[in-house]
Amino acid sequence: MNEVFIFWPIIIDGTLTTIKLTLASGVVALIISFTVGLARLSRHWVVRAIATIYLEFFRGTSAIVQMFFMYFVLPLLGVFLPALMAGIVACGFNLGAYGSEVVRASVQSVGREQREAAKALNYTNFQLYRHVLIPQAIPVMIPSFGNLVIELLKLTAVASLITISDLTFMSQIIRVQTALTLEPLILIMVIYFILSSILVSGTKWLERYFSAGRNIHKSGGN
Amino acid sequence: MKNIIEFKDVSKYFGSLKVLDGLNLEVGAGEKLALIGPSGSGKTTILRILMTLETIESGLITVEGKPLWHEKVNETLVPASEAHLQKMRQIIGMVFQQFNLFPHLTALSNIEQPQILVRKVTKEEAREKAANLMDLVGLEDKKDHYPHQLSGGQQQRVAIARALAMDPKIMLFDEVTSALDPELVDEVLSVLKKIATTTDTTMLTVTHEMNFAREFADRILFFDKGQIVEQGLPEGIFTNPKEPRTRGFLKKYITGLT
Ligand SMILES: Nc1ncnc2c1ncn2[C@@H]1O[C@H](COP(=O)(O)OP(=O)(O)O)[C@@H](O)[C@H]1O
Ligand SMILES: [Mg+2]
Repeated sequence: MNEVFIFWPIIIDGTLTTIKLTLASGVVALIISFTVGLARLSRHWVVRAIATIYLEFFRGTSAIVQMFFMYFVLPLLGVFLPALMAGIVACGFNLGAYGSEVVRASVQSVGREQREAAKALNYTNFQLYRHVLIPQAIPVMIPSFGNLVIELLKLTAVASLITISDLTFMSQIIRVQTALTLEPLILIMVIYFILSSILVSGTKWLERYFSAGRNIHKSGGN
Repeated sequence: MKNIIEFKDVSKYFGSLKVLDGLNLEVGAGEKLALIGPSGSGKTTILRILMTLETIESGLITVEGKPLWHEKVNETLVPASEAHLQKMRQIIGMVFQQFNLFPHLTALSNIEQPQILVRKVTKEEAREKAANLMDLVGLEDKKDHYPHQLSGGQQQRVAIARALAMDPKIMLFDEVTSALDPELVDEVLSVLKKIATTTDTTMLTVTHEMNFAREFADRILFFDKGQIVEQGLPEGIFTNPKEPRTRGFLKKYITGLT
């Protein structure tokens, strides 16, 4: 194991890259989740159709293929993305598709009576979403988003295939240089596990934060 | 008295079910109406149509002389646009059987937010009015409570205050005490009576509380099967209903009526 630990600088580097990749593609995924998820609820069929095509395309094709496409095919079309950017975009677009379903379902789960109350108070459609439906949908989204962000952490491992020097990539380097297989892999598994545990407790904390003092499910009106 | 609401030959279907059958109704400005009748007779539907939550299939409804579900384009009536409906909704407010408060906002914010968003008043103005209305409904000490921390009767009083904050000329109340435990009914009804006696708001109230209807209303409408079977002053309807269907219905509520 000692042979492995002398590689600690690149292990830390790899861990930081994995964290960076997860956070950055998480932000991309979050923006896409809301944009596509709300577009799927639009009153205009063209908007709904575009969002649905996006969803089915990115959910229906593999994340690895999407990443290869962005890294290897886009340059042929004259678009050059640095590896890290291609990884962020591919992971973010892919997870965003799944996230959009979470957003759509959570917004739809808010009861019809809430829409009617807002209408009776003469809210515009935008105000209805902004001030009534989305605030009530967010606590519903958080557990599912928590699962997705762990999926995302695991998904970033495929970024090593396009030369991004994340944790998985570094474990391969150590493997080649030391001819050890078991040790580096156990080490990165432990690190992935620690990272996902941190994400799990972050989700738990957010769940508590959003339910504090305003438990929506116990309220009247349903 | 000028009519603030007119229904002319209004029919409403849910699928093949005819829920309102050529309804004609005139409501004077400031009038307090109680709508009574068996379940399924179309009382809620009338209020929901006025609140623009349901459309109509035929006939014409006017509110303050303007068509509700239609608008005039080049002298012909066409189905109302969302912009027209938004103008009309300013005149009307509704309180629901299930309160329908916003669960993520405190009682006070429930009353403030619609004022700020819809009536475009300042935060301070909205807050002051919300606080006054909380006083009016007897909940000055519950301002920062969330709906789930309040009893049903308290929630319903907040909902009434929220509707009042929008200054509607017409208020619709759909069985606002039916979801409440019996001991909480009076606190809500007394708020309705207070509004009736202290404002000139036109009030349409669907209720099964006959003693309340008798005290509160200028006129009682008895509905059955999507039609007004009988209407008149509370005294007449409750002591000497003319129609057998009215009498049959009221017998369940009023002892001594045969
Ligand atoms: N959204 C709906 N879809 C289908 N039928 C409905 C709907 N709303 C009400 N109805 C039917 O319309 C009739 C009148 O209902 P409603 O106006 O709620 O009566 P009331 O308030 O007098 O009990 C009932 O038969 C009811 O089942
Ligand atoms: Mg009803």
